Amino acid sequence: MSQTIRNKAVGVETIGMTMRFGAFMALDDVSIKVPAGSFHALLGENGAGKSTLVKCMMGFYHPTSGDILVAGREVDIASPRDASALGLGMVYQHFTLVPSLTGAENLVISREKVPDIIDWRKERAELAAFMQRMPFKLPLDVKVAELAAGEKQKLEIIKQLYLGRSFLVLDEPTSVLTPGEAQEVLGLVRDMTRAGDITVLMISHKFHEVTAFADDITVLRKGKLTGTRKVSDLSQKQMAAMMIGDQPIAALDSRAEPKPDAEIVLKVKSLKAPDRTGLKSIRIEDLGVRSGEIVGIAGISGNGQKEFMEVLAGQRARHGGEVLIKGAPYASTRGEARALNVRLIPEEPLKNACAPKMTVAENIAFRTFDIDGNGKPVSWISAGAIKAFSARLVEQFKVKTASLSSPISSLSGGNVQRAVLARELTGEVDLLIVSNPCFGLDFSAVAEIRARIMRARNTGAAVLLISEDLDELLELSDRIFVMSDGALVYETPVAQAIVQTIGEHMAGHH
Amino acid sequence: MADTVSSADVPAMTGGKGFPAALEWIARRAEGFVIPLAALIVGMVLFSLFIALVGKSPVQLYETMWRGGFGSWFSIQNSLSRAAPLLLAALCVALPARLGLVVIGGEGAIVLGGVAAAAVGVALNGAPAFLVILLMGVAGVAAGGIWIGAVGALRHYRAVNETISSLLMAYIAIALMNHLVEGPLRDPTSLNKPSTQPLADIYRLGNIPGMEVHWGLVVGIVACVVSWLLIEKTRWGFAARIAGGNVRAAQVQGLAVGPLIVGFTALAGGFAGLAGMLEVAAVQGSANASLAAGYGYTGILVAFLARHNPLAIIPVAVLLGGIDASGGLIQRRMDLPDATVLVLQGMLFIVILFSETFYGRFKAFNPDLWQRPDFLKGTI
Repeated sequence: MSQTIRNKAVGVETIGMTMRFGAFMALDDVSIKVPAGSFHALLGENGAGKSTLVKCMMGFYHPTSGDILVAGREVDIASPRDASALGLGMVYQHFTLVPSLTGAENLVISREKVPDIIDWRKERAELAAFMQRMPFKLPLDVKVAELAAGEKQKLEIIKQLYLGRSFLVLDEPTSVLTPGEAQEVLGLVRDMTRAGDITVLMISHKFHEVTAFADDITVLRKGKLTGTRKVSDLSQKQMAAMMIGDQPIAALDSRAEPKPDAEIVLKVKSLKAPDRTGLKSIRIEDLGVRSGEIVGIAGISGNGQKEFMEVLAGQRARHGGEVLIKGAPYASTRGEARALNVRLIPEEPLKNACAPKMTVAENIAFRTFDIDGNGKPVSWISAGAIKAFSARLVEQFKVKTASLSSPISSLSGGNVQRAVLARELTGEVDLLIVSNPCFGLDFSAVAEIRARIMRARNTGAAVLLISEDLDELLELSDRIFVMSDGALVYETPVAQAIVQTIGEHMAGHH
Repeated sequence: MADTVSSADVPAMTGGKGFPAALEWIARRAEGFVIPLAALIVGMVLFSLFIALVGKSPVQLYETMWRGGFGSWFSIQNSLSRAAPLLLAALCVALPARLGLVVIGGEGAIVLGGVAAAAVGVALNGAPAFLVILLMGVAGVAAGGIWIGAVGALRHYRAVNETISSLLMAYIAIALMNHLVEGPLRDPTSLNKPSTQPLADIYRLGNIPGMEVHWGLVVGIVACVVSWLLIEKTRWGFAARIAGGNVRAAQVQGLAVGPLIVGFTALAGGFAGLAGMLEVAAVQGSANASLAAGYGYTGILVAFLARHNPLAIIPVAVLLGGIDASGGLIQRRMDLPDATVLVLQGMLFIVILFSETFYGRFKAFNPDLWQRPDFLKGTI
């Protein structure tokens, strides 16, 4: 196949795509046109139909009705194999490379037909020749596990080109990259579209990326096409309006003036703990969070944030150091958390903060089931009281659930997070520790959840916000730390924060 | 702001956006009843095929089984007697299961509980009967509790797989029993079947008045009811369900997962140890190899069939006790080996495990699907 690798961009069009799951319309008469050699962005909230649309293009789904044109010709895409034969390929949000193999091995095994006995010398020579034609260079003889996230993403794209694809769907390709890496990868992709090598359809949530790199955007809302526009004709505000329609978005409370002399609620000193491999350790030398401020911790996933959170939650043993809350040593017991009003909201709430098969009502009662109205421990619990309590919180926090007796796993991600917030933000909160609270949630849920965190800050809570979303940190934090390789390597007040500098520290370039 | 679960001034929300509340209540509970029942029937049909294959009549077999298990007052009493230890053995599986642990070594706790009880009964020979029987019970509970509690502790503090360790510890327990009844605790007059010294008659547990069934049945039923209350109605049970549903969430809530696991496994082992004590005090009269009669293993099947619900264990234990009781009759009447019922139990177990995959799939049992036309979305 090596001789035939020559990518020439093709355009793809859908006409009247409709996809019905039972009585549910996931896609309703969607027609989009992605001309050859363009960089096209596909926007929409979670559940708007973006994935369904591209899965129809890739042959994973069979649309209920509608047609697909590739290079102007009507085609029948019955399976992913058909799609790849037509040169259509997809790069997923998460890596699909085998970490223990080298780049070259990953490329070769990704081919549809791999010979039973692989002649590596020949393959390597062909790969070298292939890489000569690529616009960027990558080491193909190191294990993928040793590559940085940006390099892995480049390898994913190279893989698609190696497989002869000329139309690429990129599904949130920068969600695991630093700002610098994201710029570089998207820049390279754009150059390839300009050169007419490929056509790109990118699913994205990040307006600034879309504005900077895409030519056109198509917006979907609730399965329907809102419109296709030239990016240059739109402001980010207009894009947001196209995505969410006229539903109200929770506005962030204005930031109450920070008090630099407010009480230090959380103090972490010389904390050491093993990371998940057990080979390295995380070290937090000195971190203080005052009442009424949000301290953000930025960093690429896997630099010790998870471990730090686990130490604070009492899930991971410490190898020394201190965690003080209001001056008292804190060992993460239920009694201490209750006495000191400490609340923890880990990332992926369904996985880390809920019992998926227990009911919504029970999950909401996790924090308070064992005490009565005066905070005294009780032995007997009452299902009726739990339901009444949860009913009130479900209403206050607008949790959408079919019933209080539904298992919490039947809720959408945004509503699971709302239920967890209802549980953790009710009552007095002195310290709130949150990790990636908005990951994977839709626009209105994100706005509402951020507004609640800001409100907690304004009413005097000290907030530690660990997030991989730099935009979120810039929007909410008063101060930002960067965590890299298990340590806090950089600190800046948000007013003086420079994305470039933060990005460099995230990447460990200092 | 009132910040507790017991603020009573809030109107209760009934069934969300207008499910008929009673219907929802029934639907959510019917699933846990209908699916195991269907599995039971499918298992019995498969077993019929097996019986037909060996050239016997399945109809006659089930008829015999019914007669042997439930067909007469005599056979019913026989079944209930066999159900008594099954109730307690099943709790030894069901309680840890609510914490997400699969403990299958209840047999070991039964055996050790029986030996400990017999040793106490012999050592205290001469003391008042009620005291000795009470202390025999305590000894049985303690022996079983320590044994399975150790499994829980190994699991939590050293991350040793509880399924494997409980099974291996059951083998150790049986070996230990053999050592004790053949050595230090042996009654020199027990020649063919090494046993401890027989209990004095006043220390034997009698029958429930009007029945040929010993008091162990009542003890077992009480234990099931107490376990149900513990799990469903107390804060420790609620905490255990959180830990069983998601141990990470329990840790984030600051719940003391370690003590919960050790406590629940110890209680579970205690119940199994009590079963051993009852076998000694009510049936055998001494501790010997008959203690390892397989109740611990049948208890696993009972607990799974009952979906680890202590109240459901009661009827299921009676059913399995009946199947067990009919083994002898099947052997005599149909010329089949008495291991035939083990084949049936095995088939039932496989089908029950398989049926676990059907939960949440049926719209009728899942009110969350009633108002969501998009429910298929997640399944494609």
